Amino acid sequence: MPTSYTPPSERLWWNEPIERTEILWIVIAFAWCLFMFYYMIAWHWTGKQNLANEAYKITPEAYGKKVQAMVEQYTVRKETEQNIPVVRPPAGSDVYLAGSLWQWRPLLELEKGKSYRLHVSSLDWMHGFSLQPENINLQVLPGYEMVITVTPNKTGTNTVMCNEYCGIGHHTMLGKIYVK
Amino acid sequence: MTILSDAQYFRTDPVSGMRFHKPAAALTKANAVAAVVFLLIGGFFGLLVALTRWPAVHLLPADQFYLALTAHGVDALLVWIIFFEVAVMYFCASTLLGSRIATPKMGWFAFWLMIIGAVMANVVVLQGKATVMMTSYPPMTASPWFYLGLIIFAVGALIACFIFMGTLVVAKEEKTYEGSIPLVVFGALTACVIAIFTIVSGAIILLPTYLWSVGLISHIDPLMYRIMWWAMGHSSQQINVVTHISLWYFVAALLFGAKPMSEKVSRVAFLLYILFLQLGSVHHELVDPGLSSAWKIFNTSYAMYLAVLASMIHGLTVPGSIEVAQRRQGLNKGLFEWFRKAPWGNPVFSGTILSLVLFGFIGGVTGVVMSVEQINLIIHNTVYLPGHFHGTVVGGTTLAFMAITYWLIPTLFQREVIMKPLAAIQPYLFGGGLAGFGLAMMGAGTLGVPRRHWDMSFAGQPLAHDWPGLAYLLMTITEISAMVMVVGGVIYILVTVGSILFGKKIPENARPWPRVPDADTVGGHKEIGLGGFEAPGTFIFAMIFFATLVLYYFINWKYLATVWPLT
Repeated sequence: MPTSYTPPSERLWWNEPIERTEILWIVIAFAWCLFMFYYMIAWHWTGKQNLANEAYKITPEAYGKKVQAMVEQYTVRKETEQNIPVVRPPAGSDVYLAGSLWQWRPLLELEKGKSYRLHVSSLDWMHGFSLQPENINLQVLPGYEMVITVTPNKTGTNTVMCNEYCGIGHHTMLGKIYVK
Repeated sequence: MTILSDAQYFRTDPVSGMRFHKPAAALTKANAVAAVVFLLIGGFFGLLVALTRWPAVHLLPADQFYLALTAHGVDALLVWIIFFEVAVMYFCASTLLGSRIATPKMGWFAFWLMIIGAVMANVVVLQGKATVMMTSYPPMTASPWFYLGLIIFAVGALIACFIFMGTLVVAKEEKTYEGSIPLVVFGALTACVIAIFTIVSGAIILLPTYLWSVGLISHIDPLMYRIMWWAMGHSSQQINVVTHISLWYFVAALLFGAKPMSEKVSRVAFLLYILFLQLGSVHHELVDPGLSSAWKIFNTSYAMYLAVLASMIHGLTVPGSIEVAQRRQGLNKGLFEWFRKAPWGNPVFSGTILSLVLFGFIGGVTGVVMSVEQINLIIHNTVYLPGHFHGTVVGGTTLAFMAITYWLIPTLFQREVIMKPLAAIQPYLFGGGLAGFGLAMMGAGTLGVPRRHWDMSFAGQPLAHDWPGLAYLLMTITEISAMVMVVGGVIYILVTVGSILFGKKIPENARPWPRVPDADTVGGHKEIGLGGFEAPGTFIFAMIFFATLVLYYFINWKYLATVWPLT
């Protein structure tokens, strides 16, 4: 009684021919697998959304100083009752964004169509950079400074929220990126 | 050691005709019962999570929500599933090979270790000392007892793996079967190999994390933690996949007398899992700093999507083997007679086939798409994630485990299933709820709604984000679907526990179930299928799946192309 839960009836089961339905499906599936593999590589040339994987090891203190230096140089106004600085860095410059318990600081104002080197890191625990409604999501680790070159292509207000659980205030961790 | 084959140690089950080694059956029962108890606990926390993420209900305060979410992850994803997997491994090695189980006393030791570890982790979480989510990413710290509980649980599971392998050795030595091990056992062995890899990875990262939590190690690198933790966390989900696929083959054989369309193809597909599936751990680190694209692409695609290939093969061969068996037994008309005349009222069948469909269409399609290096940018850590993995782990694994339970109650537990009409609709309720739950979360996640988040409305926050109404609607549909799943889950537990406690005992001389004629030996239908294909109906289903996958894949690329250019 050969079934799937009894030993194979043919002792040399690896010599049995394969039925046509299976062969055809395997060929189609494997061709698709190869396509997906090469398409992912090709997007590094044909697509515009790729991570450069530029990253540095840095202590949270050193990163905090870089953020502070930029805030002092380029703050254009303060927002909300907490006087959160809004920074308008020049196009093409290095922009530093820090996640900490529980805020994304500073708020940023960028220009549409211009490129910026956006640095992201955490000053304490792990966080998730989630830019909405644009929907760009990055994992942010303390001790690692990630650099991506972004070119905003739409004007409007984007919220930076945290989408990696970081304690009891996680859902209050917010920031903004305005694009003019 | 003498061969123990007398009635003292073995019984031949009257209804299924299978031979159970009594000490193995006792262990299998204990592990299965523990699994169901933890499903109840984990499911209860899942209910609390759902009622909080339902925007109009928003039941729990923030601290209790995060606590419930941590407990839900630990109990539903780890404890329920691993206990049940241990039960499946013991069953496959002893009953399917007709062998005694190796070292049953060690089996009990492993069982109690797992119980102690699981209870410990639960107590610490409920005390509020480990509200760190199942992933417990440092530098966030939990009480050392939390890590210790997980480690003790894992040691128990590791011992169970070795008992499984030991039993294979015993069966071979004592010649309880001839030739190669059956495909289902081969699948269980695959799961066992992956489980050992998983637990060793877990030890590599949880031991130092434990030492760090008690102050003996000063620093845990967060990136290293994520890579090693997910070598455990992701691989543990691969154990689920392999186990529930083995059960698909098993049910196809039980109900239809099916044999693999090709032993060679199905076994090579399992082998591909052993070789490549674990690379998928990188799916969690596609947008992490400090890793190169070459490394990500190789790993995220399981070398060249070779594990995806394996799943696509099983997805065809399981229903294909059912189709071939049905056609051999006379249901050979047209494309789908074999399908229409399947036993849809039998929860063992309906649960299994729904598990296959939900795993493929929700878990599988989303998994392939979101693990593309670049597409992950628009999906990472949104509620799309739980949408995906509830498709694999709940739709695929939990539903398959529920389905086989309805077979284990009369055979392993020797009780009649009570409330049969409820049991018959249970897979549809649970699976239907899961489908709505998964699809709605995929939608909300595509709109960017974050996972593990207490309040999507950001009430009282000056920098609050305004979601479109559709996002709220989708989260509402998600949680209403979750309530349907809860009803399905409650019925499952009522039927299972009720049958084991109050079901009519099946006497040893009971009438056997009518044997399913073995598809191979039924004469008169040598020429089956259409146009030279033995399983043309299944091939059509496979093409529908393929079209869905291709279409959805390109839709996501198209969406990605609209976001800010970034390099």
